[in-house]
Amino acid sequence: MSPKNTWDFKVGGITVIELVHVSKDFGKGRQEVHAVKDVSLSIGKGEIFGIIGFSGAGKSTLVRCINLLERPTSGSVTVDGQQMMQLSAKGLRQARKRIGMIFQHFNLMPSRTVFGNVAYPLRGSGLKSREIADKVQGLLELVGIGDKAGVYPGQLSGGQKQRVAIARALANDPSVLLCDEATSALDPQTTKAILRLLKQLNEKLGITVVVITHEMAVVKEICNRVAVMEHGQVVEQGEVFSIFAAPEQTVTRNFIRTTSNLRKIDELIAADSPITALNPGEIIVRLSYIQKNVSEPLISTVSRKFHITMNIIYADIEIVQDAPVGGTVAIISGEQEQIESAMKYLREKNVCVEVIKSEYAGKE
Amino acid sequence: MQEFLNNWIPNVMGKLPAFYEAIGDTLLMVAWSGVITFIIGLILGVLISVTGQGAILENRFVYQVLDKLISLFRSIPFIILLTWVMPLSRAIMGTAIYVRGAIVPLVFGAVPFFTRQVESALAEIDPGLIEAALSMGCGPIDIIFRVYLRESVAAIARGTTITAVSLLNLTAMAGVVGAGGLGDFAVRYGHDRNMVDVTNVTVVVLVIMVCVLEFVGSLVVKKNTHER
Repeated sequence: MSPKNTWDFKVGGITVIELVHVSKDFGKGRQEVHAVKDVSLSIGKGEIFGIIGFSGAGKSTLVRCINLLERPTSGSVTVDGQQMMQLSAKGLRQARKRIGMIFQHFNLMPSRTVFGNVAYPLRGSGLKSREIADKVQGLLELVGIGDKAGVYPGQLSGGQKQRVAIARALANDPSVLLCDEATSALDPQTTKAILRLLKQLNEKLGITVVVITHEMAVVKEICNRVAVMEHGQVVEQGEVFSIFAAPEQTVTRNFIRTTSNLRKIDELIAADSPITALNPGEIIVRLSYIQKNVSEPLISTVSRKFHITMNIIYADIEIVQDAPVGGTVAIISGEQEQIESAMKYLREKNVCVEVIKSEYAGKE
Repeated sequence: MQEFLNNWIPNVMGKLPAFYEAIGDTLLMVAWSGVITFIIGLILGVLISVTGQGAILENRFVYQVLDKLISLFRSIPFIILLTWVMPLSRAIMGTAIYVRGAIVPLVFGAVPFFTRQVESALAEIDPGLIEAALSMGCGPIDIIFRVYLRESVAAIARGTTITAVSLLNLTAMAGVVGAGGLGDFAVRYGHDRNMVDVTNVTVVVLVIMVCVLEFVGSLVVKKNTHER
């Protein structure tokens, strides 16, 4: 396993962002809305941390509490060891320069060229114009658009615009990059490319990345850890792999369902699809991997050991954090007792076994 | 040519010096009040925009006072404003008549209008740009100059053109305080002495002026628009 997977914040990491009991309310009295409710999070140095939630879950407000674009109603926010809430206006501006941010709609200045946009945050940094020019060109090359310096944002594609925005966010060498739905306005292919870029930057610069998204695919693609938000609260958080393998909350399961085909079997059975038709003595099971160490050839072992036949209807296994997650939906036929023992054996091997449909006149 | 003009617009040709003076007065009034209006209106427009609800320098008091004052002055017909601000005009310009006396009422008439133009130009700016600038650690002054004003050059140019044209209209009424200008010229000769050619020529001159203003305005707009 590569060091990235074994990354464990609690053991070795240095905290870069720490939110303690952060709440944010909008409005007063009857119209009061609790956008964020008592959220505590620690994000470690060099981590790619995902915050996922359906729209209205409060994730965008939460990320704005990190750089105080929204000032929390209560709680404390620490970034890079600085108590953000206690900073003066000037101190806060200085601190924000160390926290880059990119947005869903890019927010580039239309009247400035790509060069002008990336150079924008460098004014007042003490750099000479020659140094600014070099720095901007370097940043543009880093994000893969070295040839676009003189172009206006209006002439760029969505992916290119986001690259400009990333370059701009990196101009002051921040230690943290906040991504607010940064890929939500992009097509799937461009999304992949931007995510790859974020990952590269994370590895190359050691920058801590916080990714806000409503797409589980994004989390799966690049995040080390994830927090799931619902109604302003973080309902579940942990390593992406374990969240994927064993989601505890309904909302989390719903998110995972959006990226996995394993749940499709329920629809197929409901629709009485011919591939789910069973002969007497057969059952349909869903096997899902809930631990990282599934390397044994379980299916062939089981069929040999218990003299059963496993007919795989389909499988959906993905690699998350370099370990397989997902599972298989299969029809098992054989002696009833043998099937029972096979399932017991699989459970012992930490495979989650669910019987979805059975055609044997079941005892018990 | 001379003969042709003498035949077609005899009254104008007979008063050429007065006609030229009227054109000069009109340009003088538009230029002076225009420049002053531009500066004051721009400042007030920015002020009302940045003190509005949820804006970078939110301030209910400043916003409300400005908002009400603008509405007040916007609702006073210019012909009444002309005489109403005479004491102030005398205090500032030393006189309440002639071109000098017309500048103050013209500014009072045009500033509220232009302030609203600036306000709506700034309101067109994507709030995401302000948010991005804040996230980069920019302060209010920085954001006013490098985002609000910079990004709304085209929209402000449009508002400026509209205001300049309406200022040109207002100067026509300034004859009431003896300020002269084309409006006064047309009324005095064209209407009062029934010299129709004077009115016609004045109209042509005003149309040309408006065309020039709009041409320059759209040139600025075009230069500052970069989308696609």
